[in-house]
Amino acid sequence: MARRVQWWSVAWLAGVWVALWGQVSVGNIVAGVLVGVAVTVALPMTPMGFHGRVRPWGVVRLLARFAVDLVRGSLEVAVVALRLGYVPTGAVIAVRLRSKSDLYLTLTAELCSLVPGTVVVDARRLTGTLYLHVLDAKDLQGIEAARAHVLEQEERLLRALASDEELAEAGLEVRR
Amino acid sequence: MSAAWWTSFADAAAAVCLLGGSFLAFAAGVGVLRFPDLLARMHAVTKPQTLGLVLVLVGLALRLRTGATVWALLLVVVFAMLTAPVAAHLVGRAAHRTGRMSPERLLVDELTRDAHTDDD
Repeated sequence: MARRVQWWSVAWLAGVWVALWGQVSVGNIVAGVLVGVAVTVALPMTPMGFHGRVRPWGVVRLLARFAVDLVRGSLEVAVVALRLGYVPTGAVIAVRLRSKSDLYLTLTAELCSLVPGTVVVDARRLTGTLYLHVLDAKDLQGIEAARAHVLEQEERLLRALASDEELAEAGLEVRR
Repeated sequence: MSAAWWTSFADAAAAVCLLGGSFLAFAAGVGVLRFPDLLARMHAVTKPQTLGLVLVLVGLALRLRTGATVWALLLVVVFAMLTAPVAAHLVGRAAHRTGRMSPERLLVDELTRDAHTDDD
C-alpha cells in the first residue's frame, strides 16, 4: 500500500523541531522536514478528513472568545477553590452536538475543557454526544446554562472552520 | 520612549505575569486539596493550572527576551493547552467507569443514565 506523506503533519513537526532548536536555519529546517517525514511514514495517523473552509473572521472571534473564557474559567475555579466552607454541587450532563464530524467533536471537547465550568468526562462518536462535568451547577438553571454554553462553543467553532454544507447539516444558517 | 523605559516596562509586566501565574497555580493546588471529588478536582487541574503555567511562561519570556528561549516556552504553552484537557478527560472517564465518584454530590448524572442504552 502506497502511503501518502501527510504534508501538514510534516510541516507541524518541522515547526516543532525548529522551535526546539530555537534557531531558524537551513540545516534545522531540512532536519525538521526529514524527521517529520520519518515520523509520519513510520507512525502514520488515521487521516482526519477536513472538508471545511477556514473563515478568518470566525477564527478571530473563536480565539478572542477563547482567551476571555480561559481567564474567566480560571478565575471562577480559583474563587470556588479559595472560598472557605463552600462545597460546590457538581453535575454530569450530556450534550448532543449538532455536527457529526469527529474533528469538530474533538475540537469542541478540547475547548470545553479549558473554558468556564466544564470538563469533558466522556464522548460518544456514534451519537456525537459529549458528557461534561459541571463544577458548580447550583441548580437546574445552571445546568441548562452550561448546556447552552457548550452548544455556543460548537457554533463558534463551526462558524470558524466548517464549510457551508457542514453548517447546513448542523442546522445553522449560512451567514455571508 | 527610550530602550531603558521599555526594558523596565517589560520587567514590570514580567513581574505581574509571574505573580499572577503563581497565584493561579496556588489556587489550583488549594482546589485539588479542597474539592469534594475527583471530577471536581480535574477542574482545578485543567483551568487555573494551565493559565497559571501560561502566565509564568509569558513572564519568563518577557524577562529573558532571547529568541531561542521564547520559542521553547511557546512550545510548552501549546503542548500544555493541548494535553491538559486530554489528560483530564481520560482520568475523568476512568473514574466514572470504575465508579470512583460520589453520586450524592451530583445534581444530575446523565452519563450513568445513558451508559446502559448504547455502547461504542
